Amino acid sequence: MATSIKHKSKTIARRDVLKAAGLGAVAVAAGSIFTSEAFASPGKAKALLKKLTGGAEVKSGRVHLKLPEIAENGRTVPINVKVDSPMTSKDYVKAIHVVSEGNPNPDVVSFNLTSSSGKADISTRIRLGKTQNVLAVAVMSNGSVYMAKKKIKVTIGGCGG
Amino acid sequence: MAKKPRVKVPSSAKKGEVIQIKTLAPHKMETGRRKKKGKLIPRMIINKFVAKFNGKEVFSADIHPAVSANPYFSFYTKVSESGTFEFSWTDDKGKTVKASRKITVN
Repeated sequence: MATSIKHKSKTIARRDVLKAAGLGAVAVAAGSIFTSEAFASPGKAKALLKKLTGGAEVKSGRVHLKLPEIAENGRTVPINVKVDSPMTSKDYVKAIHVVSEGNPNPDVVSFNLTSSSGKADISTRIRLGKTQNVLAVAVMSNGSVYMAKKKIKVTIGGCGG
Repeated sequence: MAKKPRVKVPSSAKKGEVIQIKTLAPHKMETGRRKKKGKLIPRMIINKFVAKFNGKEVFSADIHPAVSANPYFSFYTKVSESGTFEFSWTDDKGKTVKASRKITVN
């Protein structure tokens, strides 16, 4: 049901949906939750990235992001982030951030690691609202930042409704 | 949170070994976006997870509503001495649930 509403509300302007009297709560909910403007845009994700990294240059590589290609249920999507690093007291991964480009809020989760972590390899489960790019950002102990990006198709969103 | 969190830590390890730790805390993780009879259900999530070894923090997570219900984390840490791992989950109301596991290192 959710997918058909989502499709519909894309063709009708959100204003019109809200204006139309007599439409049920479902339509209103669809207007506020499923239109793209309610979701974080890549711009919002970029702004968050800047905040998390302190404006450092973001390089690609070293980060390995594992996500399923298609998530049938956006409520629980397994995710694994690995970062290539010797993990010594001089050179280690300080933090790993997971950022979403298509959720209502771009923040997903941030992990803080230490030099005694031994291995930067973390698994968890996240919620994804719609088909989108997911970013994994690793901040190293010397301040350099590496990122990996992956697109994931989400059949049923997991953020509301 | 009626149920206890589940934690998996090996009971023993060699000195300097990198061990895997898995944790799962039963929690609804209400996003604050769901509706019940037209009214929003207020946000109620675990927003912080901390793992300490012998009192020193080894891993922590800042959690946002985009983490699934019953937050599960798997991570690694290097052990160089016997001791106790302490895990704590703190929710939006400031309530903290704790768990601890001992490990023997030889």
